[in-house]
Amino acid sequence: MTITINHFLVVSFLLFSIGLFGVLVRRNFLTVLMSVELMLNAVNLNLIAFSRRLSDLTGQVFSVFVITIAAGEAAIGLALTISLFRQRRTLNVEEASSMQG
Amino acid sequence: MTAAQAVPGALLTGAAGWMFVIFAVLALGMAVAVVVARNPIHSALFLLSSFLLVACIFILQQAEFVGAVQILVYAGGIMVLFLFVIMLVHQRGVQERLTFQHQWDVALLFLLVFLLPFLYVLWTERFPELPQNLDAFRTVRGKIAGNTEAVAWVLYRDYLLPFEVASVFLLVAMIGAVVLGKRSAEKVD
Repeated sequence: MTITINHFLVVSFLLFSIGLFGVLVRRNFLTVLMSVELMLNAVNLNLIAFSRRLSDLTGQVFSVFVITIAAGEAAIGLALTISLFRQRRTLNVEEASSMQG
Repeated sequence: MTAAQAVPGALLTGAAGWMFVIFAVLALGMAVAVVVARNPIHSALFLLSSFLLVACIFILQQAEFVGAVQILVYAGGIMVLFLFVIMLVHQRGVQERLTFQHQWDVALLFLLVFLLPFLYVLWTERFPELPQNLDAFRTVRGKIAGNTEAVAWVLYRDYLLPFEVASVFLLVAMIGAVVLGKRSAEKVD
């Protein structure tokens, strides 16, 4: 089985789409955060594949930065989750609509 | 890995290609399970296995350092954080009435619209046939070293400023998480 860059693009796109679907439709705030992590992971997959394709290490360095951003985003998101739960006793994103957003 | 040089543009051949297919299909299945699982703990465990499978794909791509970082940071750090928060906010006996929001069909339609430009690019774009240097990921100053040394060489020589900015970002995220997570003063009595 010969794998080219197109296979990587398809897998990465599908992973990103699954994550995007989760962000759009899940009601539980924790699962929305997990879907965001899935999307970031799909981007990493693309970066690594193109890094290999172009024989350039910059893609790998950049994906390390993406992992850093994902860690910070998870920390802030989970702190927001705890704050939301303390205020409303729920994790449903539809309940957090007092600003009519 | 000599076979990869024979076919231009091929990233993985032979058994490594089949391993990629297995890892990719399993990772996609786990990702679907993350989105459709009702219980957040199940979602977190499916997400963990998805991360580990993607780390396997990274290692297949000769990005061993990023694979190790993926396992350490995602599986070791972020997932523990998720599980702690699930434990903290666990509502015993309160079952979610609806897992999905009402507009899930519109979201699916949106994804289909999203698919069209992707397919267009995939079919029309021809990536150039570049010669692949298989030792590029482990060469430091002309000598064969490890992948970690090569990444460190690029990271600390060419990307030192972004590296420092990332450390400041992590500090900001840490302070922000502490401020958001602590109880407000008037509620503590």
